[in-house]
Amino acid sequence: MSAAPTGKAALLSEHTRHEIDEWVARFPEGKQRSAVLSALRFAQEQNNGFLTPELMDAVAEYLNLPPIQVCEVATFYSMFETHPCGRHHVSICTNISCMLNGAEDIVAYAEKKLGIKTGESTADGRIFLKCEEECLAACTGAPMMMVDHVYHEYLTPAKVDEVLDKLK
Amino acid sequence: MNAPAPTDTVNVIVDGVPMTARKGDMIIRVTDAHDVYVPRFCYHEKLPVAANCRMCLVEVEKAPKPLPACATPVAEGMVIHTRSAKAIAAQKSVMEFLLINHPLDCPICDQGGECELQDLAMGYGRDVSRFHERKRVVKDKNIGPLISTDMTRCIHCTRCVRFGQDVAGVQELGTMNRGENNQIGTYVEKSVNHELSGNIIDLCPVGALNSKPFRYRARAWEMTQVPLVSPHDGLGTNLYGHVLRGKLMRVVPRQNEAINECWIADRDRFSYEGIYSAERLAAPMVRTRDGQWKETDWQTALQAAADGLKSAPADRLGVLAGPSSTLEEYTLLAQLARSLGTANIDHRLRQGDFSGDALDPALPSLGGGIAEVDQLETLLIVGSHLRRELPVLAHRVRKAALAGGSIWYLNPAHFDVLFPVAGEFIGPPAAQLAELNALLMAAGVTPAAGPVAEVTEQHQALVQRLRDTSRKAIWLGALAQRHPQYAALRAAAAALASATGAQIGVLAEGGNAAGAWLAGCVPHRVAGGDSARTVGRNAAQMLSAPMDAYLLWDVEPWADSLQAGALGAVQGSTFVVAATPYVTEEMRRVAHVLLPIGTFAETSGTYVNLEGLWQSFSGAAQPVGQARPGWKVLRVLGNLLGLAGFEQMSSEEVRDALKARIAQSAGAPAPASAQPAVVAAPDAAVVDLPAYQIDGILRRAGALQRTREGRAARVVYSGVQQ
Repeated sequence: MSAAPTGKAALLSEHTRHEIDEWVARFPEGKQRSAVLSALRFAQEQNNGFLTPELMDAVAEYLNLPPIQVCEVATFYSMFETHPCGRHHVSICTNISCMLNGAEDIVAYAEKKLGIKTGESTADGRIFLKCEEECLAACTGAPMMMVDHVYHEYLTPAKVDEVLDKLK
Repeated sequence: MNAPAPTDTVNVIVDGVPMTARKGDMIIRVTDAHDVYVPRFCYHEKLPVAANCRMCLVEVEKAPKPLPACATPVAEGMVIHTRSAKAIAAQKSVMEFLLINHPLDCPICDQGGECELQDLAMGYGRDVSRFHERKRVVKDKNIGPLISTDMTRCIHCTRCVRFGQDVAGVQELGTMNRGENNQIGTYVEKSVNHELSGNIIDLCPVGALNSKPFRYRARAWEMTQVPLVSPHDGLGTNLYGHVLRGKLMRVVPRQNEAINECWIADRDRFSYEGIYSAERLAAPMVRTRDGQWKETDWQTALQAAADGLKSAPADRLGVLAGPSSTLEEYTLLAQLARSLGTANIDHRLRQGDFSGDALDPALPSLGGGIAEVDQLETLLIVGSHLRRELPVLAHRVRKAALAGGSIWYLNPAHFDVLFPVAGEFIGPPAAQLAELNALLMAAGVTPAAGPVAEVTEQHQALVQRLRDTSRKAIWLGALAQRHPQYAALRAAAAALASATGAQIGVLAEGGNAAGAWLAGCVPHRVAGGDSARTVGRNAAQMLSAPMDAYLLWDVEPWADSLQAGALGAVQGSTFVVAATPYVTEEMRRVAHVLLPIGTFAETSGTYVNLEGLWQSFSGAAQPVGQARPGWKVLRVLGNLLGLAGFEQMSSEEVRDALKARIAQSAGAPAPASAQPAVVAAPDAAVVDLPAYQIDGILRRAGALQRTREGRAARVVYSGVQQ
């Protein structure tokens, strides 16, 4: 599988292919469908934060799956974006513990600071403010947000500034 | 079926009734077998269990909550209640959830009256909804010309998705997004193209997927259901025609586990549109001396036909029939031809080589039962694009492959079969005999004739596999029959079959080729299968040079035959009678008398399928215009010609007489040890016809013609192509 592919799968970078191969190897032979989640994660990473139909096709061809099965997974999970968006994904939790601790104010502050609503990306393509996130299981540190899979807890407007300003 | 060993069974009690069940079976299989009804949407006996609709919740004692009957295996001593207060409450709650987003637009929904959701809502739904919020709306998808979509009605049972995955073998539909946004669709707006795709219309328990050509045409309860048999391939697929005021409105499957299970091909389902084509011939017509066509009455037209046929020298009269007429039409047609003194009669319009006629069996057959195909362990298919030729049989072959069967192909090209193929011998048609001979060499048999390819490991592997397994077959498909060396291919395949103990099958084209053989609609056999005393001209000979007169029976030689000069040959004749459902420019140009006959749905009759099964049906629809059932036309024509033996009062009488004749006949001569001479064909070419080009009805079925397969061009495989 690691030989440089031709056709649609050629869209995948060498690094992505290498990572996919590693995941495929963890499952029994013929069960490569199990690697589709990881494969999509690396494909999204390679494309700065979102999946295109071409990339999904590439993953499907590389894993030898019907394209629709890849599309099903990509549209099901909220970690995958199937439309163009900013390269850093910011999700602020608004579930009960965070809400009781002022998450709504944090969302409002972030929206005002970035000049966008949730679900939108900044014009420079730097930040994508995801739709409100449900509980990320960090209630002890409420209110919290996740930025590119890294948790930031005990949020205050100052802390939000600090984290978001560091994003390049 | 043998009773399972006691250790394999468990005892359960359903609604107070003790039942024995096979260990590991799901509750719903047990209740279904005992006629205890459990409501369901997503469960379907032919599809894998999904357990996602939850409608089949039942109460199982000692279980803390209701369990889905479709996904709960029975265990010893299980006490199940399907109608207890707890079970009913669970089922009603599920129904309430399912109806939350359902539009309840039954009055404008084609499924209304035959809808599983509607039926179950009667039993389990509340009369007043407690849901006051907004219902969601889902955009409809365009998935091609055959299936209409109303996706707002979808309840996400995923039967259509599982059909694609597990039955069709290509997943064309999928479940996108999740939760409230969950919807069934194709990946970027695409059409659904599989040749069995129409079956998702029947599988869909609601009105989300419906027949596009039938949309808004009639209500289920207005129509009469009449059993029919498919005329498009030799399987004898069982159909129901739904008839309204004498018109065939739609076609649906008639379940027959021994033939088509509950599936039918798209062409079986949608070909009825061709019956009502604008090209239908509405009345008998004769061409006057000045070359003008004139509508006339039956008496005049039949008299003109009789006069013309009588005046032609008998051995210069050619009788050509299509391969999908009824057994009764073939019987009377062959009787008419032979009574007129001609043996020039044939239905094998696309066969490429007739040099092996003397070795033909009494009728073409699969060599075994259709239901047994699922259990084949080894199958070699020679020259067949099976998904095009016999789509429902191709599904059985796929089942055999998935059950561990080893399927091999010897074909001019690789065809996508949607299952793992054990091995393929792909090469130009001219090299196919050499490949079969190499297989014979590997089996230790010296080939009788023709070149031999180098024996490779692959040849040896197939022969070994044929030897090692007990359920095995070798089939010759349409691409083999259209091959200019068909006789030699068949002889070599038969030799391989007898060397390895495999069944030999010939997948003859057309819906009733076997019937045509039994009726004597071939130049070298008479009714019953006995050899003819005089051997007449075959289809190829009749179409390569003009005969003095032709009788064309439901055939358009220029479209049905693959011979290049067919139109010219028929046009060169002095008198042509065409009994046909259709009239075209070509037909007007060549014919002198046109007799309108009914299609498969407008006549009573019998089809004989490839396992030799006789299936009779009565006429479903009223013939269009003045068209008459073919057997009646032939019977009266026989009378007008003054021939004996045309006194039958019903098609059953014709059939029974033939049956008696077959019982008395000596049958086909035992296959002689003689080998057919190999026809030299260094540049052999074989034509692969698209599935919707093979007969007149399909060529005029509008929706089918707009599909991808309908727009496909014929492919010629020749020596130069790799």
